[in-house]
Amino acid sequence: MTHATLLAAAGEITSTSTGEAAVFWILAPIAVLAAVGMVLVRSAVHCALLLVANLFCVAVFYLIQQAPFLGFVQIIVYAGAIMVLFLFVLMLVGVDSSDSLVETIRGQRLGAAIFGLGFAGLLVFPIGSAIDGGSAKGLDAANEGGNVQAIGRLLFSDYVFVFEAISALLVVAAIGTMVLGHREREGGRVSQREWMRRRFTEPGRQVTPLPGPGVFARHDSADTLGLLPGGGRASGIGGIPGVPGAADEPGAADLPGGRGAPDSPDTPGAPGAPGVSDGPGSAGPGSAGPGSAGPGGPRGSGGPDGPGTAGGGATPGAPPPPAPTDGAAADGAGGADPVDANGSALAGAGKGDDR
Amino acid sequence: MNPANYLILSALLFSIGTVGVLVRRNAIVVFMSIELMLNAVNLTLVTFSRINGTLDGQIMAFFVMVVAAAEVVIGLAIILSIFRTRRSASVDDVNLLKY
Repeated sequence: MTHATLLAAAGEITSTSTGEAAVFWILAPIAVLAAVGMVLVRSAVHCALLLVANLFCVAVFYLIQQAPFLGFVQIIVYAGAIMVLFLFVLMLVGVDSSDSLVETIRGQRLGAAIFGLGFAGLLVFPIGSAIDGGSAKGLDAANEGGNVQAIGRLLFSDYVFVFEAISALLVVAAIGTMVLGHREREGGRVSQREWMRRRFTEPGRQVTPLPGPGVFARHDSADTLGLLPGGGRASGIGGIPGVPGAADEPGAADLPGGRGAPDSPDTPGAPGAPGVSDGPGSAGPGSAGPGSAGPGGPRGSGGPDGPGTAGGGATPGAPPPPAPTDGAAADGAGGADPVDANGSALAGAGKGDDR
Repeated sequence: MNPANYLILSALLFSIGTVGVLVRRNAIVVFMSIELMLNAVNLTLVTFSRINGTLDGQIMAFFVMVVAAAEVVIGLAIILSIFRTRRSASVDDVNLLKY
């Protein structure tokens, strides 16, 4: 097909022919539905995907409106680069980032909906009444030597100063992004060992990745903490939201005890806080198993400090003591293992609210 | 079909984007709504370029695209730096200047 026939075909399509009408009436509802869904859908990733659908529809509208350059730039830059950037930041921030249901301004959603309807009416009805016979001049004359060539000619003649200003803006944006994204390092270089230690010892940190929206706590586990009605997370594996102070203390004091257990096995009860040394004693008879939801359950994992577990604490890698049938003894033996001490820290770390 | 139908469509998209900016709390979704509004404006520009028979509207749309890209980059960097200190990407949590 030669260039002239291509142009002729393009001209025929774009002069509001039935083909263009069909494309419009198919794609316009899709674009509007994708936009509405983007506003309504909860998950931010779904929002991004619906926005991509909308951008593709608009790109097709550019293509059939004699703007092929803009259409392809739209697909490459918007649906390609910018949406990848969006998804990248979304994954960096965390897919969990769902909207909170707390309404800070009362009646904001209803007010916004009414405002949107009124705004759309104000925009649409004057346009609808201003539509006359539909006499578009068309871009056949302007696109004579090709759309890209014509745009380039305009860009470097009439709009050359705007072009320069835009390039300066891009440079400023790039430098600004680097400035905003830069973070001064305090102290020395942090080793990977140190990162892992912080990850498990700092209270209030979630060790596992955040659960996705719609995942509810069906069992006691650190990766699915119970959701509170306000959108926060229940503090602790046992799901005891009411005692944040008591839940946080062992998390902070527990692990030094747990770490100290292999190093100094002769002082069983000394490193831990009083509450922690109380913990196994109460948890021993009270909790039937390690996963019990009783009040002593999460605290009972401070086993290495307990009086009955001093023998287990003295030999971290040793097999369990000869009397593992008791629930408390089994718990203590498990707690003496350094890995499980980390597990107990995980229980303590999960207690803090991660917001 | 009348080419002014594109104008009605872009007006609808712009209003939906406005509602999205007002309703959503997640800052990234607010940014996506702003992108939706910019796209609606671009569609208007391209349609007017076709109705008037000159390419100036397309040039304007091109500039809008470039500015939108720069704005997205800066905005996402701001969101990330806020997320580092607040551990949250919700616009409700950035209310310290209010009091």
